[in-house]
Amino acid sequence: MTLRQGRDGDAPAGAARLRAIRWVLKPLVFVACLVPALHLTAGAFGFIGISLGADPVALMLHTCGRWTLNFLMITLCMTPLRDFTHLSIWLRFRRMFGLFAFFYVLLHFTVYLLLDQAGKLGALWEDIVKRPYITLGMSALLMLIPLAATSTAKAQRRLKLRWTRLHRLIYLIAVLGVWHFWWQVKKDIREPLLYAFGLTLLLGYRLWKQRKSFMPRDRVARVARTDAS
Amino acid sequence: MRKTSPDLVKIAPSDITPYDKYVSRRALLAGGLGLAAAQAIGRFGGEAFGQAAPAALTYTRNAALSVADAPNSYKDITTYNNYYEFGTDKSDPAENSQKFRPLPWNVTVAGEAEVTGTYSIEDILKPHPLEERIYRMRCVEAWSMIVPWVGFPLGDLLKRFKPTSKAKFVEFKTLYDPRQMPGERSRVLEWPYVEGLRMDEAMHPLTLMAVGLYGKAMPNQNGAPLRLIVPWKYGFKGIKAIVGIKFTEQAPRTTWALSAPNEYGFFANVNPAVDHPRWSQATERHIGGSLFDQRRPTLPFNGYGAQVASLYNGMDLRKNF
Repeated sequence: MTLRQGRDGDAPAGAARLRAIRWVLKPLVFVACLVPALHLTAGAFGFIGISLGADPVALMLHTCGRWTLNFLMITLCMTPLRDFTHLSIWLRFRRMFGLFAFFYVLLHFTVYLLLDQAGKLGALWEDIVKRPYITLGMSALLMLIPLAATSTAKAQRRLKLRWTRLHRLIYLIAVLGVWHFWWQVKKDIREPLLYAFGLTLLLGYRLWKQRKSFMPRDRVARVARTDAS
Repeated sequence: MRKTSPDLVKIAPSDITPYDKYVSRRALLAGGLGLAAAQAIGRFGGEAFGQAAPAALTYTRNAALSVADAPNSYKDITTYNNYYEFGTDKSDPAENSQKFRPLPWNVTVAGEAEVTGTYSIEDILKPHPLEERIYRMRCVEAWSMIVPWVGFPLGDLLKRFKPTSKAKFVEFKTLYDPRQMPGERSRVLEWPYVEGLRMDEAMHPLTLMAVGLYGKAMPNQNGAPLRLIVPWKYGFKGIKAIVGIKFTEQAPRTTWALSAPNEYGFFANVNPAVDHPRWSQATERHIGGSLFDQRRPTLPFNGYGAQVASLYNGMDLRKNF
């Protein structure tokens, strides 16, 4: 274990650091996360010469979908980054990234329902039941709702262990999201394959961390000894 | 017995320029000999292809076979393309095809016909007056455009080769040249791209051999120098940069049908009643509209049913999709 972990709370240097994270770093990251959405908005209205090309609805749909996946991946990167760098600062951004995944999936859904399907709920329902990739995507979106709703510190305190369990849904959501992308592409699966590879690493790392729980007790002790050395 | 039609000058295999020589010859042409070459192209009006500003073509308007809708912009038509030989993104063909050389160009004609051999593009085009036809274009991905093509009926070209009674289908092949077509270095599809038509479809007056659009020579990203247009079928049937025409007895094994037989059929007629297994074909997004334009209903045979539906009498179009 490293000495730097958990030092955030130490006063007074820690307090200054916390303030810097809260008032400088977090707002900067927040604005950076909004850039794709701002770019699409500018393009939709033709501001500052930005164009969304010949098929703007498809471009908006795909851009929001990609950024949903990107933010899911970034969210899932925070724990491994904490483990590798022994810096807990990463975890201070996890909720924001998770909520941005939710933000972009809502945009993705809104573009699909309002612009692509002209708000026709019948068409939406038909797609959900008839098109497996949309069934997957909708399930992932619905599962993100309770996670977003319980993202506050208050909810976290109230739900305690149940919060941790509930938020493990993010693993399933990410798998469904990548699967949704994979089934949607016409032929060139290189991009979904890349997401699938990244997700395999991120989820594989968690399984590897949990390996002790799958082992008989005597081996756990041995592994613990090896890890410590 | 095979005889050469008088209007077709057969090229002996030894006369076909090997790629390397052709590249160096291009360099020479660029150095000032271009004019002579351009004049040799004759009717085609100069070194029409592959220019930043494509050369204007001489043609007549065929209003009878054109739709009344306003065509999409030249920009939309030339920057939003599915042409996997130049990459799988819609913007890839416009970006990656700029160095593509559509001239000189040869087309090899083979199979069940009396007249076969390799012909230069000039010989292929010479006897055919060009006409403009404004056609609907419907992509299998459920988007559509209106394109003012310039070309001539494919049937007029095929007749010159005198197909025999054994010719039931005609197969087309795209150039395979990964040096010029970077998409062919990836294995996203089997190369070269192959498409085909039943003979009656190929001879149908709507079926067009296109050499240009918007009155100008075909841009590289749209399939220069020679591409097929079959307006009642999904866009992928419209094979681009054609170097091979072959008359066959059996149905050709076409690229998309080979790559995903449950998703893409040989016929690929536009049909709102038969969905792609993963998405609906009932409606389409029309390119070039505003953000708030609604999807349009897709028409059977892309709106050309009155002219072509009879070709498929008695066929189950759900099975023969």
